[in-house]
Amino acid sequence: MITVLLGPNGAGKTTAIRCITGAMSLDQGHIRILGLDPELDGETVRSDCGVVSAKPALFDRLTGWDHLTYASQLHGVAKAAIRDRVMVASTRFGIEHALDDQVGGYSTGMKTRLALARSVLHEPQLLLFDEPTSGLDPEAAQAVLALIRDMTADGHTVVMCTHHLVEAEGLADHVVVLDVGSDLVAGPPADLTRHYWPEDSVLIAVDSDPAAPTTLAHLTELPGVRRVEPANGGGDGPEALVVLDDPGVTPNVVAALTASGSRVRKVVPHEPTLEELYFAVRRSARNLREGSVAAPNNAELPGEESTP
Amino acid sequence: MNWHRTFTVARTDVKQLVLAKDFWMPMGILGSIFFVIVPLVLLMSIASLGDVPAVQNVADTLEVLPQKAQEQIKGDTPQGRTSYALAVFLFTPMAVVVPLTISTAVGAASLVGERERGTGEFLAHSPAGTKEIYLGKLMASLVPGYFTTMAGFTVYALIVNLSVGPEVGEWFFPTQQWWLLMLWVLPGFLLIGLSLVLRLSGRVKSTAAAQQASGLITLPLIAISYAQASGAIYGTATTTVVIGAIARGISIISTWRGMQGVNRQRLLGVADGI
Repeated sequence: MITVLLGPNGAGKTTAIRCITGAMSLDQGHIRILGLDPELDGETVRSDCGVVSAKPALFDRLTGWDHLTYASQLHGVAKAAIRDRVMVASTRFGIEHALDDQVGGYSTGMKTRLALARSVLHEPQLLLFDEPTSGLDPEAAQAVLALIRDMTADGHTVVMCTHHLVEAEGLADHVVVLDVGSDLVAGPPADLTRHYWPEDSVLIAVDSDPAAPTTLAHLTELPGVRRVEPANGGGDGPEALVVLDDPGVTPNVVAALTASGSRVRKVVPHEPTLEELYFAVRRSARNLREGSVAAPNNAELPGEESTP
Repeated sequence: MNWHRTFTVARTDVKQLVLAKDFWMPMGILGSIFFVIVPLVLLMSIASLGDVPAVQNVADTLEVLPQKAQEQIKGDTPQGRTSYALAVFLFTPMAVVVPLTISTAVGAASLVGERERGTGEFLAHSPAGTKEIYLGKLMASLVPGYFTTMAGFTVYALIVNLSVGPEVGEWFFPTQQWWLLMLWVLPGFLLIGLSLVLRLSGRVKSTAAAQQASGLITLPLIAISYAQASGAIYGTATTTVVIGAIARGISIISTWRGMQGVNRQRLLGVADGI
């Protein structure tokens, strides 16, 4: 299972990871990791955690082999098993050919792979990744994310922080949105989406036409259509999010548009992205802070807030 | 306390130093100047000059040495006695200056360096205890200074015996006092200095600041150590043993306090005051 901690810079994502391993003390509250309190049983907790920091935290003069044996020894891997563990981990992350090279000569992607290999050497139950794709090019970032996904196949639990919403999309089984040190929401993305967008809706795009906006607005007169909200799909013609009582009303909506002379370009069920969810949560939290009574599930339209 | 992890931290740090030519080359040059070049030039000059007024003048000044020290001086000729005195007494400071300079240079960068590189984060998340990390760093700082000093001292002993030995009629160096100084007294002073420097290294913001501040600690410590080392050389064996015991006692207290002062927040750079 992969839990992704989302939040802007300073939200407390790195601090959360540091508190999980007991590297930092809590100001308030408590944490249980694998049934243990990290502040009291830090050594045991840290022995069962593999951490990759935002900076790869490597020594330029040492080789990849040196790093992996160093980590194995610190984590108490038996001397006889170290060689095998190093070979297995380095092969898995594709750095076995560079083990004898000094890390100073590694690319950023290789450094991240080495840090990932280092994090699994002692076979931890919990993996904590702090912005693992930071500084990587798109190909390398995608490869790293695929490796992280593969790790869950072995039964590892992964907690990953990021502020790159796109990379969290599809990866997260569970999402926690943090802000100023507290969690705003937590849960599986589908559940959270259903909470923020409880109504069925379809995104409809029509060809550019001076009458098109009016035609779209008049869809509210159709039975089963609750409301119509303009959307910004970036296409040639206008787009709208049509909120329905039931998805079965969609053919009627399309028929009505066609009958009015509009040429329908696109009809897709609206499935909010993680990015939309993130901004909806943040907007809702901001509204609450500012004392607004706006309901969180009211018309969270894509593109309404600029991307950070 | 897991000594295996302590040695792992120490071994990794020492390995990095061994690989850092830009670090050990200047340190090797420093050791060579103090232990080889200066003594060689001075002692060979006296041996080759013979019984000239300048050497006679130096021989006369030996009378200012404590009676105990004067009684130890061997040699039948003025240049022989002068060479002996210089070899045994004059170069005492190098036994202190070289290891303290090298070790504090390493120690000053140890904890703050981990933080600056980001590798402190790895250590903070590792199962290694803060006491194990501190002691590992202490060992890694102690070894280069002490190793360089002992290696330099061996060469120095050879130079002294080859250049002054014929004047005295035997290979006489190291004397009992020097053995005690190097093996009993010096480690204590080295540990006092390092335990202070490491505490400092955990508290400052940058390696540069640590180097500056460690200078403030090591300069008076060098002066005190020099005075004590001189006392150890000039005095009796008992005096030397007592000085060494006191230094070791203080070093144990200082190290213990240093171990208490390191925490994971300092490795991460999020502790108060960093």
